[in-house]
Amino acid sequence: MKTPKELKVTPIRNGTVIDHITANKALHVLKILNLPSQDTSVTIGMNVKSTQMGAKDLVKIEGRELRSGEVDKIALIAPHATINIIRDYEIVTKGKVNLLEKISGIINCGNPNCITNTGEPVDSLFYVTSQEPLVVRCYYCERAMDQSEIEEQFGPL
Amino acid sequence: MVFSQGDIISIRDFSKDDIKYILRTAEKMEPIARSLEKSDILYGKLLGMLFYEPSTRTRLSFEAAMKRLGGCTIGFSEARTSSATKGEKLSDTVRTVGEYTDALVLRHNMEGTARLAADIVDVPVINAGDGAGQHPTQTLLDLYTMKRLLGKIRNLHVALVGDLKYGRTVHSLAYALAMFGTRMSFVSPPELKMPREIMEDLNGAGVSVHETSAIRDVLPYVDVLYVTRIQKERFPDPQEYLKIKGAYTIDKDLLKNSETIVMHPLPRLDEIATDVDSTPYGKYFQQAFYGVPVRMALLKSLIK
Repeated sequence: MKTPKELKVTPIRNGTVIDHITANKALHVLKILNLPSQDTSVTIGMNVKSTQMGAKDLVKIEGRELRSGEVDKIALIAPHATINIIRDYEIVTKGKVNLLEKISGIINCGNPNCITNTGEPVDSLFYVTSQEPLVVRCYYCERAMDQSEIEEQFGPL
Repeated sequence: MVFSQGDIISIRDFSKDDIKYILRTAEKMEPIARSLEKSDILYGKLLGMLFYEPSTRTRLSFEAAMKRLGGCTIGFSEARTSSATKGEKLSDTVRTVGEYTDALVLRHNMEGTARLAADIVDVPVINAGDGAGQHPTQTLLDLYTMKRLLGKIRNLHVALVGDLKYGRTVHSLAYALAMFGTRMSFVSPPELKMPREIMEDLNGAGVSVHETSAIRDVLPYVDVLYVTRIQKERFPDPQEYLKIKGAYTIDKDLLKNSETIVMHPLPRLDEIATDVDSTPYGKYFQQAFYGVPVRMALLKSLIK
């Protein structure tokens, strides 16, 4: 009897593992990180069984450590994600993304008539009014944006 | 109190006590607004009026309010007479005029302009309407009108009628009436219903609102019909506009035997027939006058 071949996912030597991504949101996370790209090796797991979450997504990126602005963006899409920084096969930093109460400069207001979309020297600023489901409100024009509008900002998948 | 922040940007910044304070102060200002008494409490003070969009009542009532209190005004009444035509950024203009004056009144077609201005100048900023956003001083004068003419705000039933989707005055007013626990009905064509986020905010505050598309549904039991203009440009099909416009026109016959008053932020086109003007129902010109004492109360409270 043949034993089924198992595809091994090799550990990464240096880079980032983003775990506990909300199920089916891994492609959004890649979009935020401007991936895939020619010179970066990426492994994706989608709808993987999880004891904590039921199902989750997972992304491993070889040779790249995330910047804090990127982590803040991921928090908007996957508020329970964990970020592991790997160096020489060892986890050197392990942390959770943190959905901030105030979100400045990382997304644009969806209202085209908002003053922040007109070239004035001002960063966008939002207050999180609900974490789940995510709703943010623009500090300037007071318009609310929900999860789907925020995801649209990162471009089509 | 909202006055400790030094700016009037959104009705959402106000507490009920803030609003009550302004309404009480406005009542004291009324004899001065009517030229029955004189005042110079703002003598030597200068108000900057930056109107990037046309305005009759808001601009002139701010000017009247400032001058009745002994102060002066400078500014422009349309963007083409300012350096905006040369491409100057709004932030540079407000920073400059903020240096010349003791307070700024700002109207602009973009939402969020007043909040931006308030963050970059040291003097108080008053939002006189930002796009489809907020128009808090209009709301305060609307509330003052109800209080003065009907003696109360809380135990009224107010119907907001017309363009509830794009009309900034009805957005601000709905939030303020919710604070007072006033009963509300929203009367609009389905295309121009109150935006979802405002309905969610009102529901979240425990306010239940009756929505309908027919004025006659609410006429027997409302105390106030707050009418707004339905703008032609909101409809791609002119025939559709004409059909809807007719269904939202208030005239003397429609109001017969009702006990409501009719308010309107003005300007009106033909949503209220002129035969209503001289009836006891039509209160919109009185409402326009109340803009002066209310804005006097705001200027007196803000300018130090």
